[in-house]
Amino acid sequence: MPSKSYSKVITANALLNGDVIYLNAKGGWTRQHSNAKIFHAKKDAQAALNTATAEASHVVGAYLADFSDEDAGPKPTHFREVFRTKGPGNYFHGKQAEAKNVSV
Amino acid sequence: MAFKKDWNTQMDVIVTDSGFSADTWSVETTLSFASETDPENLILPKAIQRVVITFPNFADGRGFTLARLLRLRGYTGILRAKGPIISDQYAMARRSGFDEIAISQAQALRQPEKDWLFRSNWTAHSYQSRLQASG
Amino acid sequence: MYQYNGFDTAFLKERNLQFRDQVQRRISGALSEEEFKPLRLMNGLYLQLHAYMLRVAIPYGTLNSAQMTALASIAEKWDKGYGHFTTRQNIQFNWPKLQDVPDILDALAEVEMHAIQTSGNTIRNVTADHFAGAAADEIEDPRPYAELLRQWSTDHPEFQFMPRKFKIAVSGSAKDRAVTRAHDIGLLLKKRGAEIGFEVIIGGGLGRTPMIGKTLCDFLPKSDLLPYVEAIVSVWNLLGRRDNKYKSRIKITVHEKGLQEIQRLVLQRFSELRPQFKGQDQTFLNALKKAFATPAWIDTPTTTFHENYATYPNFKSWVDINTSPHRNNDYAIATVSLKTPGQTPGDASSAQMRVVAQLAKTYSHDELRISHAQNIVLPHVHKSHLFALYNGLYPAGLATANAGLISDIIACPGMDYCALATARSIPVAQEIALRFKALKLEHDIGPLQIKISGCINACGHHHVGHIGILGLDRAGVENYQITLGGDATETATIGERAGPGFDASTIVSAIERVVFTYLDLRLSYLETFIETFRRVGAPPFKAALYPDASEGKNAA
Repeated sequence: MPSKSYSKVITANALLNGDVIYLNAKGGWTRQHSNAKIFHAKKDAQAALNTATAEASHVVGAYLADFSDEDAGPKPTHFREVFRTKGPGNYFHGKQAEAKNVSV
Repeated sequence: MAFKKDWNTQMDVIVTDSGFSADTWSVETTLSFASETDPENLILPKAIQRVVITFPNFADGRGFTLARLLRLRGYTGILRAKGPIISDQYAMARRSGFDEIAISQAQALRQPEKDWLFRSNWTAHSYQSRLQASG
Repeated sequence: MYQYNGFDTAFLKERNLQFRDQVQRRISGALSEEEFKPLRLMNGLYLQLHAYMLRVAIPYGTLNSAQMTALASIAEKWDKGYGHFTTRQNIQFNWPKLQDVPDILDALAEVEMHAIQTSGNTIRNVTADHFAGAAADEIEDPRPYAELLRQWSTDHPEFQFMPRKFKIAVSGSAKDRAVTRAHDIGLLLKKRGAEIGFEVIIGGGLGRTPMIGKTLCDFLPKSDLLPYVEAIVSVWNLLGRRDNKYKSRIKITVHEKGLQEIQRLVLQRFSELRPQFKGQDQTFLNALKKAFATPAWIDTPTTTFHENYATYPNFKSWVDINTSPHRNNDYAIATVSLKTPGQTPGDASSAQMRVVAQLAKTYSHDELRISHAQNIVLPHVHKSHLFALYNGLYPAGLATANAGLISDIIACPGMDYCALATARSIPVAQEIALRFKALKLEHDIGPLQIKISGCINACGHHHVGHIGILGLDRAGVENYQITLGGDATETATIGERAGPGFDASTIVSAIERVVFTYLDLRLSYLETFIETFRRVGAPPFKAALYPDASEGKNAA
């Protein structure tokens, strides 16, 4: 039963360059968290996670992360996931410094 | 050597320095120790010439220490490691005192013979042998 | 320092070929991630928050200018132009790509460096006193023993899949600068009459259950070193818990079985292993000692040094704070601070690495060290060269005179980088350092070691900081707990938890209150923070940290 309180995305790192990536609605992977697919049903999320974990050839360390479903798109709800959408705070490195809208 | 399709699918594939072969051991003539065996219980009747140490998973390295202890205590028979050991552990196993490794046929498919042969030069590049040689 | 011979070079070449093959098999799918993970870890490759991280070993913290220059080049070519020096004398690159790592390892091999066993359930980098071979108070240089242990532990067939990691540190001086008492095995060179041997300390460790190590053997003859250490690791490999990774380390094994039982088991194993060591290891050791022979000291007057010292206050300040006594009276040990307030503790840019490399080549007999305090050390600087060294460091932003002061903060990378972290540590370190710089109190405060960890794993060594800060996640918000009175030296102590944590906006003023309490209570500027703390105890500091709590009590 879908629920508004259960709200997660599947995130992982790209195998080759370690980039933070998110499962999108088409079943592919995106570097943009705003394109991540939100799951409201635990069963669907778990099934998608199992598929993602089996996709070992270009994805590593997939897990479920709490994201909220906003009008502007999915947003991380925990500070750790906020950091993963941006990069480190001490240098302008990582996602925050790179071109947007690049798909994996 | 080629992988025979008519082998009993339950039978292990035996890996040695020359590659794959069939398992010829029978349960009756071997003594088996689990990885959690207390070293004080690593006692061998003199007549035993075939010993197996089982590995529950490849990340559990106790079997390597048990093998070493068996050899230190004078075991001169054949010592076999059995379990989901990966080819990257072959040299460790040989250096610890194992003569051979028994893997499942499914694993032999995923880790073909050439992966094991890649590590068959296990006597080379051993810091530990170098340090334990005679002064 | 140690130079590779044909065996070492061939070993490394083979090892790198194996890893290259493993990467290819991972990419092709022949190896699962579960199988690949321990293999990449034993070659130093972590997956972190934003990217992979490669941890390169700097054995016992010693390297030369060619190696430091190579690290600079690697950072430029395959990373983002900088590196991070760690509390275990390693260097970390935060942005390598998986497919580049075999090339990086080959580039390291060209300068006799590697990333072997810097991670995984293996024996890790054997660390040592960063003043080894130079300190005035040294009994014997610990590094030949550290190198012997490095070789013995490299690709050890029994010890690649242990219950957990295993860390060894060696100290050659009564003053413990290697944090030996917080290691799985700490080895302390000591004298017994005319003989020099080892006190063997076991079961130290920080993290979830911090413990100071206990003496397993009061005096171990040098020739027994390898079989005895092997006996300890062998016993633990079988006994260490594999069902609960938080209870796997040998400190827990000792705690659960008792020190006497561990002694009995180790002696039993030692008696079986000892005959295997027939003397070649001692022959090797003697050759190693020659590799670590004292440099050919120069013999020139130090008059200009004394003149410059008297003339230039900034230089004087840097000499007073950042240099330490050398066994040769005309020399000094120079600490190059990587803790300029506002900078990320322990980071150096490629440009800075090149500057330090060149200065070491010219002024430090081509030798550098990395300290567990995340600074660079130039161990052998003739006093007549100190002024030129200082002037070489200054334009590169490497002449901050704060070694051991409040802004010389040890901080792990924390949640800005680390997948294990529960909070950020770098911004807290930056703010504290900047605050006390702005207050112009650093020199007045004197020696005060703040150590910050971004999670319970304590890579920032917060438990043994005079003031320790532990960053946690409290209901989805970063929360910082303070510990007081820790000590990383020969008087090793685990710090005492002060009380409830502080959030990011109040942690710095909390630290201020602790420091002002010290300044109020100290007998004179000669009494250091830790001395004051030991004299008055935690209560005045706790009262300063939690004024409402004491008011509440008084109101009863």
